[in-house]
Amino acid sequence: MSPTFNPRARNFTDDYVLVEKFCLKKYEFSHGDVVVFCSPSNHKEKHIKRIIALPGDWIGTTHNSHDDVLKVPKGHCWVEGDNSASSMDSRSFGPIPLGLVKGRVTHVVWPPQRIGLVERVFPQERVSSFK
Amino acid sequence: MVGLIGRLWNLQYKSIVKEASGKTLAVAKFFCVLHITNTYLCTFALAYGPSMIPTFNLTGDMFLAERLSIKFGKVGPGDIVLLRSPESPRKVMVKRLLGLESHSVTYVVDPMNSDRCDTIVVPKGHVWVEGDNIYNSRDSRQFGPVPYSLLEGKVFCKIWPPKEFGSLMKSGMKDPDL
Repeated sequence: MSPTFNPRARNFTDDYVLVEKFCLKKYEFSHGDVVVFCSPSNHKEKHIKRIIALPGDWIGTTHNSHDDVLKVPKGHCWVEGDNSASSMDSRSFGPIPLGLVKGRVTHVVWPPQRIGLVERVFPQERVSSFK
Repeated sequence: MVGLIGRLWNLQYKSIVKEASGKTLAVAKFFCVLHITNTYLCTFALAYGPSMIPTFNLTGDMFLAERLSIKFGKVGPGDIVLLRSPESPRKVMVKRLLGLESHSVTYVVDPMNSDRCDTIVVPKGHVWVEGDNIYNSRDSRQFGPVPYSLLEGKVFCKIWPPKEFGSLMKSGMKDPDL
């Protein structure tokens, strides 16, 4: 998730973030939310990625060097890391069920010089939602 | 004289406040224990719908589900599990676990219309769940294997209706030779 979190590798301290769980009452997320979710291939691991596409959206991906357009199934979401060069995300394991999401990241709380709100950004040109 | 009444009033007031806060703390502690138990140890749930007939009735059965087995990975094929639906995250469903990761599962694709079977190997980190009533159940045959983290609890005991009270058998399948 560089440079949003841990902007420099092998830093003195990792970033600590605040994760809110009120979003789990309704499972309503927006494009660009950073979320914590359980890994679909290993239930003991948790990942932090950004939600790029919500259920019913069409997302443009590159698969084996062809450009492809996928529809995100009902109840699922498409997550990607901000550092697309090295990120294990939906481009490898596909869309994930929203039930795997365990919280939404709202703020960075440590180190002190990086305290602040986590912005909501996403590549609008790759996602289209017909609602 | 006024001072004396003032001091007496203070004394009564203090003891009332002390008793009230003591009782409130006790109630708060009780709810905390209840919440911890419900979230991490054991919960009860009401299931309705046709997908688990004959194990559970159409109109609704109440049962107890424990959460520790899921956390420690002690579930296996044949267990009835609570899981969050991969199609609607606000819904929790009850189904029977039929396969863990790397198990090979054979299932009837569409029992109402044909006898065609299909075999699938459950991918890493996923499980295969099916309802006992395969004729009317929306399960892994429609939405595929589900990630293990969607499991919420293992059902071990039915508590309502009272005449069906008791622990549930590991596998609901009856012996076809009997």
